[in-house]
Amino acid sequence: MSKNTKLFKKLVIASVAMFAFAFALVPLYNVFCDITGLNGKPSLARAEVSTAVDLNRQVGVGFLTHVQNGAPFEVTVDQARVTVKPGEMNQVTFSAHNLSNESRTMQAVPSISPGLAAQYMHKVECFCFTQQILQPGEKVSLILLFYIDTEITPNIEELTLSYTVFDIVTDN
Amino acid sequence: MTGAADNTQDSYPQATEQHEHHAPTGFKRWFFSTNHKDIGTLYLGFSLLMFLIGGAMAMLIRAELFQPGLQLMEPHFYNQMVTVHGLIMVFGAVMPAFVGLANWMIPLMIGAPDMALPRMNNWSFWILPFAFAMLLGSLFMEGGGPAFGWTFYAPLSTTYSNDNTAMFVFAVHIMGISSIMGAINVIVTIVNLRAPGMTWMKTPMFVWTWLITAFLLIAVMPVLAGAVTMVLTDKYFGTDFFNAVGGGDPVMFQHIFWFFGHPEVYIMILPAFGIISTIVPTFSRKKLFGYHSMVYATGSIAILSFVVWMHHMFTTGMPLAAELFFMYSTMLISVPTGVKIFNWVATMWRGAISFEVPMLFAIAFIVLFTIGGFSGLMLAITPADFQYHDTYFVVAHFHYVLVTGAVFSIMAGVYYWLPKWSGHMFDIRLAKTHFWLSLISVNILFFPMHFVGLAGMPRRIPDYALQFADFNAIISIGGFAFGLSQLLFVWVVLKCVRGGEKVPANVWQAAEGLEWDVPSPAPHHTFATPPVIK
Repeated sequence: MSKNTKLFKKLVIASVAMFAFAFALVPLYNVFCDITGLNGKPSLARAEVSTAVDLNRQVGVGFLTHVQNGAPFEVTVDQARVTVKPGEMNQVTFSAHNLSNESRTMQAVPSISPGLAAQYMHKVECFCFTQQILQPGEKVSLILLFYIDTEITPNIEELTLSYTVFDIVTDN
Repeated sequence: MTGAADNTQDSYPQATEQHEHHAPTGFKRWFFSTNHKDIGTLYLGFSLLMFLIGGAMAMLIRAELFQPGLQLMEPHFYNQMVTVHGLIMVFGAVMPAFVGLANWMIPLMIGAPDMALPRMNNWSFWILPFAFAMLLGSLFMEGGGPAFGWTFYAPLSTTYSNDNTAMFVFAVHIMGISSIMGAINVIVTIVNLRAPGMTWMKTPMFVWTWLITAFLLIAVMPVLAGAVTMVLTDKYFGTDFFNAVGGGDPVMFQHIFWFFGHPEVYIMILPAFGIISTIVPTFSRKKLFGYHSMVYATGSIAILSFVVWMHHMFTTGMPLAAELFFMYSTMLISVPTGVKIFNWVATMWRGAISFEVPMLFAIAFIVLFTIGGFSGLMLAITPADFQYHDTYFVVAHFHYVLVTGAVFSIMAGVYYWLPKWSGHMFDIRLAKTHFWLSLISVNILFFPMHFVGLAGMPRRIPDYALQFADFNAIISIGGFAFGLSQLLFVWVVLKCVRGGEKVPANVWQAAEGLEWDVPSPAPHHTFATPPVIK
């Protein structure tokens, strides 16, 4: 094999490897964000109930809902903002309304701002864990059970939980 | 020499430089060519054509922005112009021009008979016209071409784009494959075909900068291919790489894109550094000051270019630590870049400088590229970036580094080597006119953009607030003047190719390098027997 062919093959392999690397960036990105909690993606796993409560701190938690791409839902929250003690269990009720004449499936995707606060938000029960099938015109109440970690860093006094609501499929 | 080089040469006599040329003529000569000079010419001609097409789009953009309000076009068409102007200039004009210069000059500079992989060289050029035909063709289809900016951020390119996006994606794939093949060819040529005795530290600066550029290309062009592939599958095949509902993340698009995008900007400037490092010593009649530091600075810039990508994304929201890291790493790049600028100035210092046309462009490059570098430093300051982000200040910044940087260096290189390629001196009076017209108009065009940008004029919008009207009229006049001046460039080049005063082998007397040992015009085959470097 000539010198040129050898080097050529190495460089082709390098190019293919870099193409694969572009796709490897996807899981790497998710793992990196998981470990560092940088992008505000909260855990979608069901949390254990907290045993300790920090009575000396108050954290403000705001709620936002946002329907994406003109999906035929109306999603509202009963309280736009609550003040909670770390470790204490809280319940917030959302209501969802299917505005269309068809059966629709709804998926809510949570995001927390500031991003670093995401790791301190523990959800014991959330409608975002599952998808909801809504019949034509149906109105349902959706429950969120959560607590804020007692380990939450002192500089976070206020955080916002935002739900983006997507229309998954039209259920025929 | 090595096997592949012998393959291209074994049917030709070794000794004479002026032997008869047996290759086919006309269309077949160019279509089947494996000759580095022919392919270099093809690349340069193609890049000039793309420069004019992309420039025509810029003229339309400036015509629309001449006055506030919507005069000439629909916003959707304006968006297509902005997008395709960017894509054409980056992938069609600047990059192929550098590849063309590499094809022409690297074998001549290192004393090689041709590129190491000549058949692949033919392929890497001839797939390009198809890529751009597809990209430009999409403009004429129902719904129009890409309109999401050359950065094709998701979800603009996925959820909100039209069905012609597939044509954009495949065009970028082909451009990427072409660039990667070109880069592989450059690396194999430089590593294997340097003349006996040409050690790494005797290799000309242009060759060095291209070697490093080629490694950058191999590292990031496949990542761009990956990014467009993800856009393709997200849009047409139901994947959710960038769609939050399926567990994806649109911000991840920006990470993947800028992981490609930042090294890409150095791909477009490192060969320019090589050209300037070649021209300045010739017309200063001194050796390049700090050759070794130039090599190390180029390498440092290349390595640093991989750890700064998030400075394009400061406003996406990131922790303080990341903001600080990317601010400082970005500023750190100004150190090796400063080394280069000071080395060029030191090369000129107390030199016997003469102001031939290539030198005029080189000096303009040094001054104006530095201005672009300074506005880059301003953008690197995270808190200030929140104000500058997506304004005309950014447009001013990257046009200073790409037009008065990359494009001026290409013109400097063309004026420097054109007599070697054609055997004729160009019309110096016309070329100087072209230089001065370009220099003045390009500053009228881009300098006021700093001010409207700082005052808050957003980029990529066909209309603007009334207080920006006067400056935009001035900018547009500068734009038309700069655009028209380039027609003069086309004329100077054509006139020089057709005829003119004959030039000797060493056109610029004081020029050093193997390319000046071969006759002018450079014969079809050179260095069939490698020269020995002492």
